[in-house]
Amino acid sequence: MISFLSKYLPNVVQLGWGGDAGWGTSIVQTIYMTWWSANFGGILGLIFGVLLVVTKDGGINPNKFWFNICDKLVSIFRAIPFIILLAFIAPFTQAIVGTQIGTTAALVPLTLGIFPFYARQVEVALEAVDKGKVEAAQSLGATNWDIIFDVYLSESRSELVRVSTVTIISLIGLTAMAGAIGAGGLGNTAISYGYNRFNNDVTLVATILVIILIFIVQVVGDYFAKKLNHQHR
Amino acid sequence: MSIIELKNVSVEFKQKKKPTVTAVNQVSLKVEKGDIYGIVGYSGAGKSTIVRTINLLQKPTAGDIKVNGVDFVKAGKQVIDNKKLQVERRKIGMIFQNFNLLNEISVLENVAFALKHAKLSDQELEEKCHKLLKLVDLDDKADAYPIQLSGGQQQRVAIARALANDPDILISDEATSALDPQNTQQILDLLKRLNRELGLTVVLITHEMEAVKAIANKVAVMENGHLLEKGSLKQIFLHPQAELTKQFVGGSLEAMNVLNQLNLGGLGKNEVIYQLVYSVSNVTKSIIIELYRQLGIEVSMLYGNVELLGEEPIGTLVILVKGDQAKQEEALNFFDEAGVTATKIQGSEIQND
Repeated sequence: MISFLSKYLPNVVQLGWGGDAGWGTSIVQTIYMTWWSANFGGILGLIFGVLLVVTKDGGINPNKFWFNICDKLVSIFRAIPFIILLAFIAPFTQAIVGTQIGTTAALVPLTLGIFPFYARQVEVALEAVDKGKVEAAQSLGATNWDIIFDVYLSESRSELVRVSTVTIISLIGLTAMAGAIGAGGLGNTAISYGYNRFNNDVTLVATILVIILIFIVQVVGDYFAKKLNHQHR
Repeated sequence: MSIIELKNVSVEFKQKKKPTVTAVNQVSLKVEKGDIYGIVGYSGAGKSTIVRTINLLQKPTAGDIKVNGVDFVKAGKQVIDNKKLQVERRKIGMIFQNFNLLNEISVLENVAFALKHAKLSDQELEEKCHKLLKLVDLDDKADAYPIQLSGGQQQRVAIARALANDPDILISDEATSALDPQNTQQILDLLKRLNRELGLTVVLITHEMEAVKAIANKVAVMENGHLLEKGSLKQIFLHPQAELTKQFVGGSLEAMNVLNQLNLGGLGKNEVIYQLVYSVSNVTKSIIIELYRQLGIEVSMLYGNVELLGEEPIGTLVILVKGDQAKQEEALNFFDEAGVTATKIQGSEIQND
């Protein structure tokens, strides 16, 4: 097996499993970055998405001031290309995690890069909840918190899983760019060790690994989205 | 004291770059405890908007609203804070055309959702939910999801949910409009039963006169945001004043359908079609024969029907009266004296409809 790989994919084998440039290391780095920024960005995006729906004109607690703040913030961060965001917020990253480079430093721009995307998706998912359900809850004397959790989030949970899947897949794409600030990961392997050194076999294998990762996320996401849905017979 | 008092309530919708729409215009309405109050009108009449002001799902722009002795709105301003309003709303159940159940939780959990703030122990909560589901005869579906139920069953779950906090009032916003006749009947029977057994006050909005006829004791008729007429069911049926009311009461839509199919062609010069509505127990004389005997006026009968208004049989006749202007006057006087409400039906209504 090894000899077969050495023959056809020599540079892939040369990188090895462990070590700074190893395949295992870069896979772990990609998963590490995806996992934590998905959590941070997810929570932030969920909060902003809920705030947008709640404070919107016609929402359960309309508030022009907060709606505009959330709306503009989300729009601005969405408008900044990720690779520029990386550089732009470097001082902020330094202040938060104490360094501007490395895998952990990448979590800050990844979180800020993904949350507006997720917030908009959450907004759309929550907007799709039938207004009648919200009214029915209000007629039962439900508080706004009840409505947020038991109506908006609960009723759209299958859709939320679906948009989370899409978001995580986008996020895996962003982690590849984070290689630019020395964050490592499969993207970095593909560029630094593959493309830049004319080792096309490394680029190929890194690409296949990213595809497999995305595929797993998609399958798991679809499974839960389906399982959590009781809206159809 | 009335359980619901609306005084000069108006609801206006301000629109950008368009004139303001007045959905409800100066409507006053009093509902007494134990009433089944029907509000009828075609869609767009504002009936849904007016009842939604009762629990402030819709904020009025003018008028006073008092429910259960608590002032909600005075002179168009909300005078109850949102916390208190939430508590008051639990005493005002509401059911909707589209049921509006939560689809991702079970039937039992839907009912339990309404009891979230009732401070019951888990066991009490479960007992209460089962009791409510038994009330609507659906206890065996407690663990099903709403989507697995038929429309009628879903509406019954919605009723159980609306009754969870033992409300004094139940508002039904077109609750039977999405259901087939059999399920409609079931829901209406259930509302009637709840009214009788629990003393529940029901406000029933519908465009189907049949529903009101079956269970209401009072009726209000709305058109274009105005309340045209209100009164006891019998009074409205036997002595309707407004043109729309007359149309609504005689089962005239159904009559129109029949007349349309008869394909009468044009009416002759001295031919007029009337719709007669009368209480069967009061009108013992045979009015049509008497009309001919006493006045020599000839009548063709086009459509006839007797239906129960609550417990009272009410007759509807559509007749064609032949005769000149003077004869027509005589016939109308005759109907008036006999206690029959006669409404002229325009020939064009039949052909164009």
